[in-house]
Amino acid sequence: MKLQRLLAIVLKELRQLRRDRLTFAMIVGIPVMQLVLFGYAINLDVRQLDAAVLDQADTARSRELVAQIEATQVLTLRYRVSTPQEVNDLMRRGKISVALILPTDFEARLERGDRPALQLVVDGSDQVVQAAARQLARFPVPDAAGWTQQVTPIEVVNFYNPERRAPINTVPGLIGVILTMTMVLFTAIALVRERENGNLEMLIATPVSPWELTLGKVLPFVGIGLVQVTVVLLLGKWLFAVPVRGSLLELYLAALVFILASLSLGIFLSTLARSQFQAMQLAFFTFLPQILLSGFMFPFAGMPKVAQWLAELLPLTHFLRLVRGIMLRDASLFELWPALAALGIFTLVMLSVAVMRTHKRLD
Amino acid sequence: MASIDDSATVIRVRGLSKRFGTTVAVDALDLDVRPREVYGFLGPNGSGKSTTLRMLCGLLHPSSGEIEVLGHHLPKDAEGLKRHLGYMTQSFSLYRDLSVNENLTFLAAVHGLPRKRAHQRIEELLNRYWLAELRHQLAGTLSGGQKQRLALAGAVLHEPDLLLLDEPTSAVDPQSRREFWESLFELADAGTTILVSTHYMDEAERCTRLAILDRGRLVADDSPQRLMEALPGRPLLVECDRPRQAQQVLEGQPGVIALAQIGAALRMLVEDVEYENPLSERLRTAGIEARLVSGTANLEDVFVAATRQPRQSAGEAS
Repeated sequence: MKLQRLLAIVLKELRQLRRDRLTFAMIVGIPVMQLVLFGYAINLDVRQLDAAVLDQADTARSRELVAQIEATQVLTLRYRVSTPQEVNDLMRRGKISVALILPTDFEARLERGDRPALQLVVDGSDQVVQAAARQLARFPVPDAAGWTQQVTPIEVVNFYNPERRAPINTVPGLIGVILTMTMVLFTAIALVRERENGNLEMLIATPVSPWELTLGKVLPFVGIGLVQVTVVLLLGKWLFAVPVRGSLLELYLAALVFILASLSLGIFLSTLARSQFQAMQLAFFTFLPQILLSGFMFPFAGMPKVAQWLAELLPLTHFLRLVRGIMLRDASLFELWPALAALGIFTLVMLSVAVMRTHKRLD
Repeated sequence: MASIDDSATVIRVRGLSKRFGTTVAVDALDLDVRPREVYGFLGPNGSGKSTTLRMLCGLLHPSSGEIEVLGHHLPKDAEGLKRHLGYMTQSFSLYRDLSVNENLTFLAAVHGLPRKRAHQRIEELLNRYWLAELRHQLAGTLSGGQKQRLALAGAVLHEPDLLLLDEPTSAVDPQSRREFWESLFELADAGTTILVSTHYMDEAERCTRLAILDRGRLVADDSPQRLMEALPGRPLLVECDRPRQAQQVLEGQPGVIALAQIGAALRMLVEDVEYENPLSERLRTAGIEARLVSGTANLEDVFVAATRQPRQSAGEAS
């Protein structure tokens, strides 16, 4: 090995890299973005979970206890409700992930110390919320000195996933992750391949319109995506007994909308990339924040506001809300309309930008 | 803009230019191509052949100038033209991972041929271009000549009135090249107008009309025969036993346009007869026994003479 030759190769690589501006930008951009976003975003201390309180006792002591729990900042009390039915509704629609229920005999229970004085109802479709609930359950309730070891003052009631089985939490999210990976990556690569192999030059001289070409290449992936959803659902059911509590049709509808959103992202990326390799890089560039910020891996509620705003821009965030809602909480698409609307808007924006960037020309 | 007065032209181009940043790829080109012509574009790499062809089929937008192809004004009406146009790209641009048959079926659908007609037409082309036995082979595994026949079949599938070919024979053996040109004349006979770019002299010589491009400019435009007759210089054969030395002596002498060793002889293109005697004098004083015999003009002479002018004037200017 000769140093001179080695240096020549290093220099050449650096030169090529400098000319490949997209790769260069990503080499700098990826670490900066990851550090800034995830350094702040990944925070396993869950704070400010959206919560409702049902205070059936409504005494000075019960109000004081609610105020003390609120002061821990683990919960943000968004709703004060008067019936258990309202708690159910809010949780199914994903408006709250925790509910505090103080029974009418709250004071008497505190005195006697034989039954838990208050209930903490938890959305078990999100494993992060479960962890937060366990933390809250250890909250020292004042004036409950005479509690035995067997009975805790706070009882945690785990909705939707009472056995706290991990697959119930991960499988629905996995549908979204798998779809993100294949839909975005494959479409971007498939579209760029046409250009890179010179097929596009031949096609431009034919009556094919750019949108026929794009749609024709992308449509097969809609079918592929739906097959993937089916495979994950069936395996989830057979291997892990993951239920589909809501409507199967609505679940597929939600998946279809998410597939379209991911495909439109892939189409948009294909207008940026000049080679299949660049398309792959760009796909991974969008893949990482989706995995990390959407709430699949790390708690959405634990992220700072800026990271949450960013997560709202990502399709996977909204799909996770839809898929967890339908599969685990028996929510209807109608109840989850904001997430569905967000996916629709995302698709429209991506497609419009892609249309503006697509010319049926070579220059 | 009216095309009534010259309805006999298939392609009419006036003042066509294309700039990429600061480089001028095509510079104020005028062109008229009549029906059934096999019109050749001859020029070295980078002379603007491909860029011109791409502008003529609407793939590139011109920076300035007027283009009218088959009565369609470009780039405005590029889509209307595409049904009547066949384009064969320089590098193989069909799908390597599809079979011969699959490629043609795809193209037939793209051009909107009815199913029955498409089937009929594909059979016809498979037979005409000796592809029938290869129909199930993947295009990527074909030889250079087979690929090029498949590309031609794909380009004429929809029976275009005009066929544009960008250096179609650059990757094939001489036998395939000859066969390919036979196919082109067959198409021209059937009424197709053909515009083909090349850098092979023998191919250029077969064209009915020839345009020579040099650095984006049109430097000659006529039938190959008339171009050779009107050659501005005189071709001479220098017969001597030391052609290498003779070439060194004659290089850069006044009146010498080009020198090339052909076997044991030296072929020289001079500007005029008057330079003949001073040049043989120059050889004699250098101690080389040589005989100057006048040769017949070929297309290479035309090409060298035509592409030399701007280079020389540029040299004088600096």
